[in-house]
Amino acid sequence: MDLREINDLKILAARIRIAALTAIHSLGSGHVGGSLSIADALAVLYGREMKYDPADPAWPERDKLVVSKGHAGPGVYGTLATLGFFPYEELLTLNKPGTHLPSHCDRNLTPGIDMTTGSLGQGTSLAVGMALGDKLKGRTNRVFLIVGDGESNEGQVWEAFSFAAAKKVSNLVVMLDWNKRQLDGWTKDTLPMGDYVAKFEAFGFDTVKVDGNDAEALSAALEHTRCGGDKPFAIVMDTVKGAGVPEVENMDMNHSIPVSDEQFERWTAELKAQIAEWEA
Amino acid sequence: MKTIFTGEKDPRLAKSVIGETLTDMLETDPDVIYLDADLMSCIGTLKYAKTHPDRAIECGVAEANMIGVACGLASAGFKPVCHTFGPFASRRCFDQVFLSGAYAKNDITVIGTDPGVTAALNGGTHMPFEDTALYRTIPTATIFDPTDMVQLENVLRQSVDMPGVKYIRIGRKDLPKIYEADTLFEVGKALVVREGKDATVIAAGIMLGEALTAAENLSRLGIEIEVIDPFTVKPLDALTICRSARKTGAVVVAENHSIHGGLYNAVLEVLAAGCPVPAAAVAVEDEFGEVGPQSYLQKRFGLTADHIEEEVKEIIQRKHV
Ligand SMILES: Cc1ncc(C[n+]2csc(CCOP(=O)(O)OP(=O)(O)O)c2C)c(N)n1
Repeated sequence: MDLREINDLKILAARIRIAALTAIHSLGSGHVGGSLSIADALAVLYGREMKYDPADPAWPERDKLVVSKGHAGPGVYGTLATLGFFPYEELLTLNKPGTHLPSHCDRNLTPGIDMTTGSLGQGTSLAVGMALGDKLKGRTNRVFLIVGDGESNEGQVWEAFSFAAAKKVSNLVVMLDWNKRQLDGWTKDTLPMGDYVAKFEAFGFDTVKVDGNDAEALSAALEHTRCGGDKPFAIVMDTVKGAGVPEVENMDMNHSIPVSDEQFERWTAELKAQIAEWEA
Repeated sequence: MKTIFTGEKDPRLAKSVIGETLTDMLETDPDVIYLDADLMSCIGTLKYAKTHPDRAIECGVAEANMIGVACGLASAGFKPVCHTFGPFASRRCFDQVFLSGAYAKNDITVIGTDPGVTAALNGGTHMPFEDTALYRTIPTATIFDPTDMVQLENVLRQSVDMPGVKYIRIGRKDLPKIYEADTLFEVGKALVVREGKDATVIAAGIMLGEALTAAENLSRLGIEIEVIDPFTVKPLDALTICRSARKTGAVVVAENHSIHGGLYNAVLEVLAAGCPVPAAAVAVEDEFGEVGPQSYLQKRFGLTADHIEEEVKEIIQRKHV
């Protein structure tokens, strides 16, 4: 990858962060931490790895994304709006009466959302079934699944992973957002889950751990998942909850937080300054 | 029993009432034990849990396991209280509540916060209109749909010493003041909150305040409704309901729940079997929830005083034919 390409992905990630904050700020509060931690993953998926067509979100051969931690909706909507799946101004309707952008991802409301999520854990089995279904239909596309580390407390997550490995669902790429925090605070104080890499390997996944807020590292990890083989893939993304906005990263609790006008202006100004730097 | 309803909100939020009452129960009864599924910060119990990890147990986002563990703790002599959001406290762990809890006779209390439209900005995935229906099918289960803070605190305190599975569905925000402090609530005994002669309105949870507002408005038109707070949806007080139905000749049921399987159905069963009169529902039709502010959702799903007034006027007509 050349520097230009890496910079483009960093710029896209920053634009996704701005868009997610725009949506949340329009409402006054929301799931900031978990939307920001996956912004780089979303940028690399949509900016480089996935095949899709914003003009035809239901294209059967497209790659699909299931964001099983459905409360990160604003991060995904920010991505889809930035890429032209729907008008950018719609971000301002987040959670408002009649909106197409509810707090949790809904495949029946938002163009580009491939699966309905929000009840943590359920998106994992859904993604496995989608990938298996595409495979059985003879399609060559892939299914990407973003799972939260808190979410991985749910037993269903591990039932899905056992199944995926046992049935050789090799067109599935699981991306675990290991941001070390969940709703009540740090995962280590809530329900520590141990070594994810060892767990995924034991379950039979082709596994790698990367800096999940580094576009270049993510790109390399995702590139590897094109290699074929008969194992599903797992990328343990070492991330920071609130990544990209230092004030949020450093908050004691940053799951669902208010965003004031002043914070919004300051945070987006910082992100815009970064974009200008990368563009230069 | 004296009511103090004026429409004024209780300054306390339900989440603080739950958190403070629970903490006090944990402090005063060593057998009470509290389990949560990564939602302690939503009812203000996180701080207590940090210093009392053996009394307030953080289970992570794993509701079915939480219920199973709670049932095991019950068999070991504890009185567990579990909390999570309503959909996860009902649908997500239904089999564990049913079998590990009720069937195996392990007595637990489950608090499901943000039922129905009170889930507001969390949207459709988090908006149970069917939690009461599910719990109603569990033999021996008790279901509370509290209407004010005094009642909420009272039923929470009572529930831990009751046999069977107890389910408390309650929003985390504000509620109008309805009962005087220290009012006692007898499980399975409905309260006639306002007397009337023209129709009976049976209202649960957030709908009691709406019903009392409707009663004031209707009274100005010369229509006097009797308002009943069942507060225990199961067991339901058939006696009080039938007595009122016979007196007024028409019943409207108002609940923040689906028309299928909840209080409306429970009341219809009582009426059909013992005292048939025309009945109508102010409840959610056969629909899923959606995202939005609670005030919008109450209008969207017809959970308003206005709608109660319309249904009352309509049913009074039917009564005379
Ligand atoms: C089944 C279920 N239980 C509880 C919740 C409420 N909830 C929403 S987000 C969250 C914490 C999730 O933590 P994590 O997966 O680590 O997300 P992140 O920290 O990346 O935002 C909880 C408990 C839910 N949405 N679904």
